[in-house]
Amino acid sequence: MKKLVCLALALCMVLSLASFASADAAGKVYYLNFKPEADQAWQDLAKTYTAQTGVEVKVVTAASGTYQQTLTSEMDKKDAAPTLFQIGNAEGVVTWGEYALPLDGTELMNEMTTEDFNLKNADGQTVAVGYCYEAYGLITNKALLEKAGYTVADIKDFESLKKVADDIHARSAELGFDAFTSAGLDGSSSWRFSGHLTNMPLFYEFRDDGITEQPATVKGSYLNAYKNIWDLYIADSAADAKKLSGYTGADAEKDFYDGKAVFFQNGTWEYSALVGEHGMKAEDLAMIPIYCGVEGEENAALCAGTENCWAVNGKASEADQKATLDFLKWVVTSDEGTAMMAKEFGPIPFKAAKASENVFFNDSTALLNEGKYVVTWAFNYTPDVDNWRAGIVSALEQYSAGAADWGEVEYAFVDGWATCYTNTH
Amino acid sequence: MSRSKKMADGALTSPLIRKPIQRMFAVFLLPTFVCFCIGFLWPFIQGIYLSVHSFTTTTNVKYVGFQNYAKAFADQGFRQAFGYTALVAAVSLVLINVLAFFVAYALTQEIRGRNLYRSVFFIPNLIGGIVLGYIWKTIIDSLLPVSMSIQANYGFWGLMVVMCWQQVGYMMIIYIAGLQAVPMDMIEAARIDGANGWKTLWNITLPNVMPSITICTFLSLTNGFKLYDQNLVLTNGAPVRRGIGQTEMLALNIAKTFSTANQRGVAQAKAVLFFILVTAISLIQLRATRSKEVQQ
Repeated sequence: MKKLVCLALALCMVLSLASFASADAAGKVYYLNFKPEADQAWQDLAKTYTAQTGVEVKVVTAASGTYQQTLTSEMDKKDAAPTLFQIGNAEGVVTWGEYALPLDGTELMNEMTTEDFNLKNADGQTVAVGYCYEAYGLITNKALLEKAGYTVADIKDFESLKKVADDIHARSAELGFDAFTSAGLDGSSSWRFSGHLTNMPLFYEFRDDGITEQPATVKGSYLNAYKNIWDLYIADSAADAKKLSGYTGADAEKDFYDGKAVFFQNGTWEYSALVGEHGMKAEDLAMIPIYCGVEGEENAALCAGTENCWAVNGKASEADQKATLDFLKWVVTSDEGTAMMAKEFGPIPFKAAKASENVFFNDSTALLNEGKYVVTWAFNYTPDVDNWRAGIVSALEQYSAGAADWGEVEYAFVDGWATCYTNTH
Repeated sequence: MSRSKKMADGALTSPLIRKPIQRMFAVFLLPTFVCFCIGFLWPFIQGIYLSVHSFTTTTNVKYVGFQNYAKAFADQGFRQAFGYTALVAAVSLVLINVLAFFVAYALTQEIRGRNLYRSVFFIPNLIGGIVLGYIWKTIIDSLLPVSMSIQANYGFWGLMVVMCWQQVGYMMIIYIAGLQAVPMDMIEAARIDGANGWKTLWNITLPNVMPSITICTFLSLTNGFKLYDQNLVLTNGAPVRRGIGQTEMLALNIAKTFSTANQRGVAQAKAVLFFILVTAISLIQLRATRSKEVQQ
């Protein structure tokens, strides 16, 4: 009996080591999805596609914040690696470009309405296509703003924004709400400032200098504008500037949907949380550009760009590559696919795109229709993103608490960029 | 040697028991050995192999020689992390062991409810590092004028508080076991010879608990060097001054390096260096304290 048990145990061990990879001549799709909130939609869409065409589509979603680790270990499975994955930015191209199939001239690319959101490698080949875009700015509670005696139209530039915000903050006790939500520097919130807000000085600097690919150094010529807006965020909010690392993203969100603050710097992706989960009224919401005191900024639209780009695994078998490209084409052209994309990702840059009900996207489009310029996502060029941002967060935290002067932020921004670039090239 | 231990040894040397055990040794050892190979030996060898390569995934690597090691040594952040880790390990070693010894000493005296106290001191050790770290971060930050991630010395002492709170109870249990094994006749003899409490402690108790001290210093030293969870949660290396995390320890530095584009090989080289360092320090420390142990 004992021997039998031993044998059984040993067998279990050996079997668990063996892998059951099977080769499929017809080609199959394995999508390593990046957004947990869209997992169910992708699973359903995959089932529909398999039912219609018989092609196997497997969708796996990495847990929030673990995409890079999951991608690394999945890509290691030679025969069972993802055929479709995500590249987010220039740094992603450095790491994963070697694994991405150049997509120029594919039917998928021919369906696109703009190539603005695509990522190219050093040879100029398109290695990932931006399949949706997002926009961010100052989400504004119009109802509260009116209660304070203003309208969105009163805010045209940094000067007017500051005037409104300072006034609301000064009367916050009487009004029962403040101007800005907490500018939390906890990891769940700090990316709004180390990533999205740093885009303002980066965008204007790159625009002036005509930079169109990742630069080795930056000058920080618009850091004054960054200081303007940051000072405003911490001065005109109820949060304690000395303890910003204690405020989370959820805290800021709560300030906003509880009606404790008028402005909330965030993006189009917040729409479903604010309206769907927290019951805010869509007609009370608007998204206005982040004004920070740059000349001509009254003509700026929202910051639009993406970190959502599809890349096809160039090391997968040809059958799998073809199956994957066919699947993608179906996603952006079929009725089922475009409906899902519009619901989950808003307007997509493809010819067959369906309209979205997200008011933030509509604000973004309205501003563009007025002939205003898009503030593109210049931060996608950031080298060694995590470390560069960590430096900015720490500097902002020290500066806000009065433990360091603004020079620390400048150092993190300018010198930090150079260091991060050298480390990764 | 105690009577029961002698009996057990006698039983094991009996051929009646030894023979079947010898015949079946593979059944007992093989599963553990296989697990050891899969979980430790193979990754370890592969780790060394990868440290001389440039790679994104482990199946697609490019040989680069000792370039990764050169980069690791040239990294100022790594050197800073090394110094900071050594400081944390040294200070925590002293604090944890001194505190644990005195708590153990107090709880081997005749006091009411000492079992309850022992449990209370031991319980923090059962809570995971991340959870504990978040709770302590909230507590400590709310007490300080500015957050730990702004002032490096707050971060340092905050870390000490958390490490002591978590590890003192565990070390205390080991010290209690050691203290209870100190022969009463030796203490009695010392007392008859006129030794006071302090002298008894210094000349009788301490030399007799030396094995416990060896284990505890070994554990707290390696714990100090390997610390990651609490460091990650409490400050995550912040404040960053001139691009260098002031409270970043080695393990955190290595993990951060790994998540940087094109730096995975460098992170691997750092990990190998880290292994050599921790092993060397532990061996030296074991040898040093072993020599002070007394045979009974």
